[in-house]
Amino acid sequence: MTADSQARMEVRPRLAPHVRLSFDARRQRWVVLAPERLLLPDETAVEVLRRCTGDVSLQDMTDDLAREFDASPEEILADVEALLRDLAEKGIIVA
Amino acid sequence: MSASLQPPLALLAEVTHRCPMRCVYCSNPLVLEPRSAELDTTTWCRVLDEAAALGCLHVHFSGGEPTARGDLPKLVAQASAAGLYVNLITSGVMLDAATLAPLVAAGLDHVQISFQDVDRMVGERIGGLKGAHARKLAAAALVTDAGLALTLNFVIHRHNADRVAEMIELGRSLQAGRIEVAHVQYYGWGLRNRASLLPTREQLDRVTAEVEAARQRLRGCLVIDYVIPDYWARLPKACMGGWGRRFMLIDPAGRALPCHAATTIPGISFDSVRDCSLNEIWARSPAFQRFRGTSWMPEPCASCERRELDWGGCRCQALALAGDAAATDPVCWKSPRHDALTVLAASESSMPEASFVYRGAPA
Repeated sequence: MTADSQARMEVRPRLAPHVRLSFDARRQRWVVLAPERLLLPDETAVEVLRRCTGDVSLQDMTDDLAREFDASPEEILADVEALLRDLAEKGIIVA
Repeated sequence: MSASLQPPLALLAEVTHRCPMRCVYCSNPLVLEPRSAELDTTTWCRVLDEAAALGCLHVHFSGGEPTARGDLPKLVAQASAAGLYVNLITSGVMLDAATLAPLVAAGLDHVQISFQDVDRMVGERIGGLKGAHARKLAAAALVTDAGLALTLNFVIHRHNADRVAEMIELGRSLQAGRIEVAHVQYYGWGLRNRASLLPTREQLDRVTAEVEAARQRLRGCLVIDYVIPDYWARLPKACMGGWGRRFMLIDPAGRALPCHAATTIPGISFDSVRDCSLNEIWARSPAFQRFRGTSWMPEPCASCERRELDWGGCRCQALALAGDAAATDPVCWKSPRHDALTVLAASESSMPEASFVYRGAPA
């Protein structure tokens, strides 16, 4: 593993300020509330977003999700990175 | 509520029509509600609780100028306690440190400040208020200093369409997380002043290219939402995400409306939150059912493959342009009136400058 990718695994993504992940009791699902925006994350995205606290490193997030979904860390990492990139572009998370 | 009817996503709380600005494209109705007709604090608090219970996730406080109401901090606190994500849509001209602090303490999440232009002279002519620009700049700085999320809203027309790059730059320098570049929608005062506001096709194309380039350049740093002027479009917008599907608007007097301009449509009576709960209105009010779904649609809409994408476009626009709120939105290329609309847009956008009609103040 290169120094760059090692540093990358230490990134601790967090929700952008003013973005809220909350459970909507009326619809019985998780929602992401942002300025004049609403996202309805799928099950995988919810699991990633719940770990975007600023305390969980990408490494830990990946290991944790690989165990939870019984998948290989490589596979999970690719999915998680794609998802985080998309969420960062939308201003939902900062990594 | 029937199984197929989804709850609304957001409540638009138009708490007053009072406003120190007189923007020539104001979306308020031509007849403004006087202060004496406004809902009181207690009723608004009940409405906010009912909105959250019904399933609303966001509340947008707007007007008029919402900060003209002295009880706004109380309403924000009520909304925040009910779990709503609280947005303030303001001109910014009445926002100073003393008015902002209680709103922040009450749980305000986000502020959208409208700017008429980056050019002070042009902006203040469009907004009809001298000194507004400097006050808006100061308000924007206060919002970010207070740690709130900030959106700048620019309404585009032919007098400012050539300065979109500078508008986006202003948003960057004021640390906005989001910018709305929204062409005038021609309802209310905008419809009245249409011939003095419509941009040319060439202006629209330049604005679109500018926004696209900025979106690429600022990806991940700044969210830019873009709304084009319908008159130059070939497909209608899904107005309000469909009639009675996502939004409920409460006007200053307490009438529940599916959209800002719904009261222009003759033959519809609107229920008041003074008499009914939001739940009853959403599920049973004839006004919300009038154009909900697809069963009201005429041809070519009824058999159109896009009928559940654009939900028939905009009813108020069909009324304004075709004289019939149930007609196919003339913006759609399938409407028999579409070609006439394109001719109208070309002709009005190239008219020499006319004087604006300004809204007055409500009593």
